[in-house]
Amino acid sequence: MKRRTFLRVSTFALAAGALAARAQEVHDIAPLVDAITHGASAEEGGIDIGLPAIAENGNSVPLTLEVPSPMTEADHVREIHVIAERNPRPAVATFHLGPWSGRARVATRMRLAGTQKVTVVAVLSGERFRIARKEVAVESAACLDEGSLR
Amino acid sequence: MMLGRVQVPPSVERGAVFEVRVIVQHPMETGFRRDYDGKVIPLNIVNRLACTYAGREVFRVELGSGIAANPYFVFPVVATRSGELAIEWSDDRGQAGRVSATVNVA
Repeated sequence: MKRRTFLRVSTFALAAGALAARAQEVHDIAPLVDAITHGASAEEGGIDIGLPAIAENGNSVPLTLEVPSPMTEADHVREIHVIAERNPRPAVATFHLGPWSGRARVATRMRLAGTQKVTVVAVLSGERFRIARKEVAVESAACLDEGSLR
Repeated sequence: MMLGRVQVPPSVERGAVFEVRVIVQHPMETGFRRDYDGKVIPLNIVNRLACTYAGREVFRVELGSGIAANPYFVFPVVATRSGELAIEWSDDRGQAGRVSATVNVA
């Protein structure tokens, strides 16, 4: 093989490899949601998802979640699940709350492996479920720094 | 013992909701990164964090690798009585940590 050809081919291969590593696949999160709701249907909305519309850095994206609820013994939020469909592991976190929480509002910082839709499922007392989604544009994704140590 | 910090308001009224803020020092290794020798850095994340107050668990979170390094959480609790509020967590290697704060209920 001529040196020039070798260079051309290897450059192309490298570029293709880099692209493949960058393309995080979008997972089908339906099985995850079904595992939470046991196949029952979830009411759309009723969850305030606080996420920036554009996140500069996917390594740490501020997230606030609020589920309007009286948080009484009879009517309260039991769990809040966060699912990121384009993360290599879509199950991000599960929060457990109860009447002792007073209100259903939590905040954290999450990782996002690229622009995607974040899905939040709330489990309410009495086997009721809510589901909401929010789109986030990520400029510099998390989990793509393989081969480097920051 | 891992480092962490918890913050509660200096005093709260009985029956009022107060916010607890907690941060844990942890790299939350995803298992997808490699070191300079090209070896995979194994998965090691804080997988569980729980808060107990007034004799019961008042908050718990199961974490995935999608939680950012140095996990940070803010959550609400109803003030019932003065006493210790403790937060405990553990990671995939079995390392555990605990921090506590005193809640003053007026």
